[in-house]
Amino acid sequence: MSEPLLRVRGLRKAYGERVVLDGVDLDVATGEVVCLIGASGSGKSTLLRCLNLLDQVDDGTIELEGREITDPKVDPRSVRRRMGMVFQAYNLFPHLTVLQNCTLAPRRAHRVGRREAEARARELLTRFGLGEHVDAHPDRLSGGQQQRAAVVRALCTRPTLLLLDEVTAALDPELVGEVLGILRELAAQGTTMVLATHEISFARDVASTVVFLDDGRVCEQGPPAQVLVDPVQERTRAFLKRVL
Amino acid sequence: MSDTQVWTPSEHELARRSVRRRQRVRSTVIATVMTVAVLGLVVAGLLSSPGWPRVKEYFFSPEAARESWRAVLEAMWLNVRLFVLCEIGILALGLLIAVARTTRSAWLAPVRVVAVVYTDVVRGIPTILLITMFGFGIPALQLQGLTNDRVVWAGVALVVSYSAYVSEVFRSGIESVHPSQVASARALGLSEGRILRHVVVPQAVRRIVPPLLNDFVSLQKDTALVSVLGVLDGVFWATNYANYNFNYTPMVVVAIYFIVLTVPLARLTDHLQKRVVERERAGAR
Ligand SMILES: Nc1ncnc2c1ncn2[C@@H]1O[C@H](COP(=O)(O)OP(=O)(O)OP(=O)(O)O)[C@@H](O)[C@H]1O
Ligand SMILES: [Mg+2]
Repeated sequence: MSEPLLRVRGLRKAYGERVVLDGVDLDVATGEVVCLIGASGSGKSTLLRCLNLLDQVDDGTIELEGREITDPKVDPRSVRRRMGMVFQAYNLFPHLTVLQNCTLAPRRAHRVGRREAEARARELLTRFGLGEHVDAHPDRLSGGQQQRAAVVRALCTRPTLLLLDEVTAALDPELVGEVLGILRELAAQGTTMVLATHEISFARDVASTVVFLDDGRVCEQGPPAQVLVDPVQERTRAFLKRVL
Repeated sequence: MSDTQVWTPSEHELARRSVRRRQRVRSTVIATVMTVAVLGLVVAGLLSSPGWPRVKEYFFSPEAARESWRAVLEAMWLNVRLFVLCEIGILALGLLIAVARTTRSAWLAPVRVVAVVYTDVVRGIPTILLITMFGFGIPALQLQGLTNDRVVWAGVALVVSYSAYVSEVFRSGIESVHPSQVASARALGLSEGRILRHVVVPQAVRRIVPPLLNDFVSLQKDTALVSVLGVLDGVFWATNYANYNFNYTPMVVVAIYFIVLTVPLARLTDHLQKRVVERERAGAR
């Protein structure tokens, strides 16, 4: 296998005394879809935030295309411009319309022209079924619609790596299918994704690798057919029994 | 978590930390050099101006400073007491007015009207006029059972004036709490009063501490306005001195005392602001 897009080694993150991530190792190859599963509080969101350099890690390294991004000399903005992130709580900007939310980063961080940025945002929003809400403010949208708008906002910058935190949590089954289709399509186009999810069926369908986090450690990882169907670890088995 | 052996940072992490430390030192050095350079230029400009010797004599005379610093300090004690007592009154009255303005019940409509009129009228009047009116006017009424002490009435005037400003700060804080917070408190079956008391005001107060302290810094200085009543505070003493000796140095001394008083408040504001920011961030994951 060639150089992975993302390589995490011995990642550690603590909030005060509380160790949230402890020696996490993770490889993500280009085009791969990695699903993080694990109980609530196991550190999935924290891991994603560390990958995006939103939280400073306490030890270990993260490399993006062979370059260590946890090096303090690296400008975190240059890293974040290559990653898209969708938060568990959406975090759309309430004072901007959906379209403005989606064009802010392309225009102000990536120096894309207004016309081009808007055209791309409109196209994506339409594909995600938000065509008629383009000029609405986020508070006029339902939870699921906000979720999709947040995904579009992350996609508008054409990220090399997309980090998604529970993107399907607020969606009805039909929309889950739709978003899933879009994510698969994105994966096929070579967008690499790391996503945290509680939906095992979703992970089974879309993941190329499933990572089971338990108490801040990677307990088991591998293809979904192995981790989700025939897990090696006792803890994974217990977790799956509880959620399935 | 199950961390049996004590964790020690890896070599790599230690190297990273020392890089971060060097980066911090570097920015501190840049900041210091820049500050010293800019200040140096300003001071040099001042000292080389043609009128400087005269200004120095009138405003920065060492003898006058030596002569006055102790007396000014004693006179300033009045400003400090006035400030502390007024602050308490202002907080209570300000919160009361703000809550009165945000009530929604139809029964309380008159209270709302009074609160609105009060803030509008009081905020419109310059503080110095309020102090003069209260300080000279109320004792002149010769009311039974009320003090004729001008200082007390000056304090009341300050409370009246500032509570109008502070109530607006409180109100903006109350209104900045997101409607979803009120909605979820309502969904839990809390009464409007309880919602205000347990959900809205605690969040509002945290957010308004910085602008509130800002108003208090301003109040601290405005205690100097009582000097218009001929009350012997720091400013009055310095004005008197200037009139008799034709030297303004005690005013500079008063100014320095006021700065010394307000700087701790300003630092406290910064500190609290930082904590608010950190706490608000914890919610948004
Ligand atoms: N700012 C913080 N300060 C202290 N502890 C925190 C902080 N953020 C997260 N934690 C703790 O870190 C742990 C992991 O949190 P994280 O949000 O990563 O969990 P998660 O796996 O995403 O859970 P969920 O599935 O519920 O979203 C939790 O136990 C949480 O209490
Ligand atoms: Mg989470």
